[in-house]
Amino acid sequence: MNSANRATDPAEPEGSSAGYGPWRLALRRFLRNRVAVAFLILFFLIVAFVLAAPLWANHVAHTGPNETHTLEKLHVNGEIREVVTPEGKPIGPQWFEAGGKFFLGADSRLGRDEMVRLMYGGRTSLLIGVASGLITALLAISLGLLAGYYRGWVDAVIGRTLDVLWSLPVLLIGIALGISLAVGGLKIGPLELSGGSIWNPIIVISIFSVPYFARPIRGEVLALGEKEFVEAAVAQGAGPLRVMFSELLPNLASTIIVFFALIIANNMLFEAALSFLGAGVQPPNSSWGTMITVGEELLTTQPLLAIIPGVMIMLTVLSLNIVGDGLRDALDPRSKVAFEARTGIAETERAPV
Amino acid sequence: MLRFITRRLVGMVFVLFVVSILVFLIFNVVPNSPPAQRLAGKNATPTLVKSIEEEWGFDEPLPQQYATMMKKVFTGELIQYSPRVSVHERIEEGIPATLSLSIGAGIIWLSLGLVLGYLAAIRAGGWLDRVLTGVAIAGVSIPVLLLAPVLIYLLTYKLEIFPNGGYVGWTEDPWGWFTHLILPWFTVAILSIGFYSRVLRSNMLDVMNEDYVRTARAKGLSERRVMTRHVLRNSLIPVVTLFGLDFGATIAGTAIITEVLYNIEGIGLYAAESVTKFELPPIMGITLYGAFFVVFINALVDIAYAYLDPRVRLGGTAR
Repeated sequence: MNSANRATDPAEPEGSSAGYGPWRLALRRFLRNRVAVAFLILFFLIVAFVLAAPLWANHVAHTGPNETHTLEKLHVNGEIREVVTPEGKPIGPQWFEAGGKFFLGADSRLGRDEMVRLMYGGRTSLLIGVASGLITALLAISLGLLAGYYRGWVDAVIGRTLDVLWSLPVLLIGIALGISLAVGGLKIGPLELSGGSIWNPIIVISIFSVPYFARPIRGEVLALGEKEFVEAAVAQGAGPLRVMFSELLPNLASTIIVFFALIIANNMLFEAALSFLGAGVQPPNSSWGTMITVGEELLTTQPLLAIIPGVMIMLTVLSLNIVGDGLRDALDPRSKVAFEARTGIAETERAPV
Repeated sequence: MLRFITRRLVGMVFVLFVVSILVFLIFNVVPNSPPAQRLAGKNATPTLVKSIEEEWGFDEPLPQQYATMMKKVFTGELIQYSPRVSVHERIEEGIPATLSLSIGAGIIWLSLGLVLGYLAAIRAGGWLDRVLTGVAIAGVSIPVLLLAPVLIYLLTYKLEIFPNGGYVGWTEDPWGWFTHLILPWFTVAILSIGFYSRVLRSNMLDVMNEDYVRTARAKGLSERRVMTRHVLRNSLIPVVTLFGLDFGATIAGTAIITEVLYNIEGIGLYAAESVTKFELPPIMGITLYGAFFVVFINALVDIAYAYLDPRVRLGGTAR
């Protein structure tokens, strides 16, 4: 189709774009941003990598993420290698020499397959990041809409609550809540969670991330509330729910998309910190954070054990941050234009020092 | 000014109260097991659980329990279970290391952030400006969990430039104190330097468009004087506020992880050890004191801010 070709053609000047919807224009702007697209692809590769965990575990490594191989030996190129030496030193990366077993070596004196744990740990980390991101978004959007729409005392209560949450030492209280849940689990009505449940860190992270997301939403709803289309909807007899969901929410879409990417990145860093300290994902399950805890003890002899999970966290978070930035530029071109105009002015007005 | 301070302090007391309630709920109400069992940890003996139950009055109504907890926290009766040592003494022992780490890191990231931000702003669009943009986005993406192991492995084990972890008292051996802390300082600071320089840069670019800057130039002031006296000065306030907020958060956040990775015997390491042993009383104490400290610092920053900038105390609310 001709129009589709034109829409993705990066050489197409913006001027000829009359007739396209705002979303298609945004998509086009995003696709023109090479860096953002590259990092979006990287993010999908990481997702594919962790989704392939069972395939790798069953068909290449032939072991599960929590299976120990302390006393086993590997036959590599005719020689016999111990998975864990009698001194407790785990085997290093074997790459494909052992047929894919212990590709990245063993994780500790327990002799678990580092590669398998990395893939399953990535699943846990990403799952926690995305799930807590969704819950954060849900809470933040509802609170932001309520505060921005009703204003007055509703706004005061929600606003002050967010302020208090914002000013707390989040990691410290997160640790307290995380460890408290890890010891006792949680029971609210029909909902019952055991101490090792992955939902414990998800709950902790989602609650403490809400202010970062709710504040910009609230601000935007306050600004949108002044617009004529809201007045028009009210004049036509639209109730509060209708105004919030049919009028305000669609206008928040670009903010929500941008912040969703950024909040997942933020939440993954939070998860890594919690898990590293023992207040997040509980052993024997792995996440990238807990793998650093385990690997850090062998930093002198097997530095990759601590560094590889850290690199995975960094790549994921970096790609989400850059994609989020790219989305912001694509969805709200004014912000970029304003920014460039500002630097331009500064450049021309700058006298030689 | 007095009215602002009063309002701000009332706000602070309110936040402190909320924090204490939160911590109380976290430890005594939320989880699904008898609180005494939980406080005693995972491998507690029945006698220990029984004695904790009596000590904390877990059969009494909740407000009474809250009062008991607060009394313990403020009178220094908080005691960890194995070995039975006062939590307060352990925290006091950790204060010098934690303060050395956070204050040193704070000085480094603020000063470098300001210098680099200033240089980036006066040459906006130049190479330094572009590099700092990259550094800033990398800075928010590189976890301390990656940076510290890489630095330790390369600089401590491979090149043996820096001593291997630990903390040396300031009074015992000033040089040892310094060398032991350089890597931890930079680990905490590096990630914020890019961000701070960006904030200062964009503030300065905003201020450069103000009328009074044009007036200053029209008066014939030298460019350097315009930049330092008029532009930089007016761009500093948001950065200082941000620093006040971040500094508290750093002590309570990044510093914990950094202390663990560099084995610095501060409050953060104590907290982390308590987490792995499921010792709840120290975590309760550290969380409360830490939160109090952070909230207090934030209030101080706000008051300083209001003192520097009259618009704040005359206009806005008591946040």
